[in-house]
Amino acid sequence: MRRAGNILDHDSVAGYVFIAPFLIGLFAFTVIPFFTSLYLAFTEYNILSPAKWIGLDNFRRMFFEDKLFWTAFQVTFKFALIQVPVKLAFSLLVALALARYSKAMPVYRAAFYIPSLMGGSVAVALLWKQLFAFNGVVNRLLGFAGLPNNTKWLADPNTALGTLIALGVWQFGSGMLIFLSAIKNIPSSYHEAAIVDGAGPVKRFLKITLPMLTPILFFNLVNQLIGSFQAFNSSYLITQGKPLNTTLYYGVHLYNRAFTYYEMGYGSAMAWFMLLIIAALTALVFRSSSMWVYYESDGK
Amino acid sequence: MVAGGVKPIRRVLTPKLRRAALYHVLMASGSFVMLYPLVWMISSSVKPNGDIFTTATRLFPSVVTGEHYATGWRGFAGYTFAVFFGNSLLIAALSMMGTVVSSAVVAFGFARIRFPGRNVWFVVMITTMLLPSQVMMIPRFVLFNRMGWVGTYLPMTVPAFFGGAFSIFLVMQFIRSIPRDMDEAAKIDGCSWYGIFLKIVAPMIVPALVTVGVLAFIGSWEDFMGALLYLNKPNRYTAAYALKLFNDNTKIDYGATFAMSVLSLAPILAVFFFFQKNLVEGISIQGLKG
Repeated sequence: MRRAGNILDHDSVAGYVFIAPFLIGLFAFTVIPFFTSLYLAFTEYNILSPAKWIGLDNFRRMFFEDKLFWTAFQVTFKFALIQVPVKLAFSLLVALALARYSKAMPVYRAAFYIPSLMGGSVAVALLWKQLFAFNGVVNRLLGFAGLPNNTKWLADPNTALGTLIALGVWQFGSGMLIFLSAIKNIPSSYHEAAIVDGAGPVKRFLKITLPMLTPILFFNLVNQLIGSFQAFNSSYLITQGKPLNTTLYYGVHLYNRAFTYYEMGYGSAMAWFMLLIIAALTALVFRSSSMWVYYESDGK
Repeated sequence: MVAGGVKPIRRVLTPKLRRAALYHVLMASGSFVMLYPLVWMISSSVKPNGDIFTTATRLFPSVVTGEHYATGWRGFAGYTFAVFFGNSLLIAALSMMGTVVSSAVVAFGFARIRFPGRNVWFVVMITTMLLPSQVMMIPRFVLFNRMGWVGTYLPMTVPAFFGGAFSIFLVMQFIRSIPRDMDEAAKIDGCSWYGIFLKIVAPMIVPALVTVGVLAFIGSWEDFMGALLYLNKPNRYTAAYALKLFNDNTKIDYGATFAMSVLSLAPILAVFFFFQKNLVEGISIQGLKG
């Protein structure tokens, strides 16, 4: 099939020529930083003077001295634990609704997707701050509807994190699109057969749609879990971790240590601890997946 | 609740119509709630400062003014928003270019050529997608600092030229859907892999390249972290970063912040309306396993 010719055209050479950009980038921007970070986690390093090996000292300080570390850890857990399921539920429900045939579907789809396209931007963060200001539009609308309108959303320790979670949930659009395309891929013959057998909509959802969607649910779950542990912008731009550190994300605390106080070693230790937690959680989700993720055995 | 995408059959007309009406009322109000914050921001950007909060619940301003756009545009630290938007555009355009070229080349290698180690590198690539960016944040800063790149646009643009895992994966999926007949025929005619890539495959994967390009553009345009870490002179600031500092500086002039926010989101909205199909497909592919 192949002609003897220029050596550059041999499969094994050409293959590496084509993926060379990826390999160079992998080593320069991922592998080397990855191991540098591991090394820095055991050092004291402020960028100006050389890194000093201090063994496990960063971790000792993290676990036993830095109270904000545990605060940030809890805040992030709470954030992920609430945001991920709520966001998944919204993306699934709206995707189901959009899958119903309608000429207006593209309009609705755009409306639900646009927030997630701009959600990470500075503009939206600043907007959220004004919407939930004490004299902001949310309180005014609540007053309008005769509901209590004196909540200091972003200044009250009981509501601040929830307000930021709401910003994240508002951006359920990407997950929704992924669900939507998966729903459309379910062969309609499955539903037709079930209708013939007399299955109602609820039963069809539970026995056909939901099982067929579990691989996508799994993908979205892993994706959003990783994403929510890395949250940064909303806290940094809207609340700066206030009030009383109730919105101090792990990522914000890490950034502060590393780039405000130039404790790069300590920051790296924090980053590695986060990596381990994320890896453990991802492994847990993967492990559990055999129990609830359904893969069609006969390919399409 | 609506069950998964099934047209109700055997329904008499009236309940069916009623159901349809209920459906549209629900979806339209949902859409309204979703877009309300953005519409409110646009409306506030043309209200006089005194009106923004006193008439907060009124979406249609009684007095329309363009003054916020004029005052906002003046920027801060002696630089207008023209400078900041120009910077953002340059960085986003470079990232887009880098992503398009690198993901096309690398995806072709992975999808079409059989070479030793291919599967290993592919798995490595997929694994890097799971790596939290915050693990890379500090060591990359250290690296770029050592290379003298801090304060320049290089940290925010050069990595794009070396292929991001997601973009490569997306283009690969597209290449796999193209039949191999054409490249095999070309191969028999003596065409090299490079010729096949340039003459046959590259022109056919343009839609996928548009998708990754658009996603790269939006990602770069909105990138706040990169600017926060690497930019230290006002003349280099991007629009996203400048907007944050502008807001810090002009706390009371809400209107101007809203006006500049609207302008900073305008390109994303424009891109969305032009490339809606590519974006929707691109995001959906994320969920498909290779």
